[in-house]
Amino acid sequence: MNLRRDVFQAIADPTRRAILLLLASQSLTAGAIASNFDTARPTVSKHLQILTECELLKQEQSGREVHYHINAKNMKAIADFIEPFRQMWDDRFNKLQTLMKEFKSKK
Amino acid sequence: MELKTKINAEDGKHDIIITREFDLPLELLFRAFAEPELIEQWMGNKVLKFEAKKYGGWHFEKTDDKGNIVFDASGVIHEFSPNQKITRTFEMANTPFGVQLEVTAFEKLTDDTSRLNMHVIYETVEQRDEVLKLPFKQGINWAHNRLEEVVSKLR
Repeated sequence: MNLRRDVFQAIADPTRRAILLLLASQSLTAGAIASNFDTARPTVSKHLQILTECELLKQEQSGREVHYHINAKNMKAIADFIEPFRQMWDDRFNKLQTLMKEFKSKK
Repeated sequence: MELKTKINAEDGKHDIIITREFDLPLELLFRAFAEPELIEQWMGNKVLKFEAKKYGGWHFEKTDDKGNIVFDASGVIHEFSPNQKITRTFEMANTPFGVQLEVTAFEKLTDDTSRLNMHVIYETVEQRDEVLKLPFKQGINWAHNRLEEVVSKLR
């Protein structure tokens, strides 16, 4: 499925993950989002464009401003939130295995 | 590289199952969960308390470079069966995630390999989902910290 691959690409980038986190609790304008990052404004715009194309974000016009917010349906549909959780445990367990292998050879 | 850890978290359920196979004999795998000095090393936490017995308490803490507490978790051990099973409660201080129940089962596969099966049960579906989202942020921070370490060694 094409969309799914795109979603994975979208969250592969740390800035884009940070944007998703930022928007998890509130909807914000592009300017407000950019002010949270040291990255140049056009770079943030590009990230927002990618996230919108992947349908992880939705744009909403309110007056003269455009607010970005999380497309909850799609965020829920993908199990990608689990991926970093899995990565964290995998890192820990890798460490455990290395540690115990050394431990064993010392005995 | 493919991750060796499997996570099973079904939509709308309030539990998760974490499974991992190790190139370690069962006894060594269990020791990594049973001895404070070892827990500290692979978890990266300080072990303030660890009473490996029924009704025993446990308390882990993690501080950053400046001494701020970034992780504070504790609970009670309900079952401690060497090389078989540890059942404990788990609660993170200063978070709204409630108490979770963790049943960790240890299984021998061959003389040199073993499997870990953690069943984590949360109070509600919402709490589970919130906790799953947590390391999202930390994961990024940890990756950054690791990067910093690597970079500082290059200097």
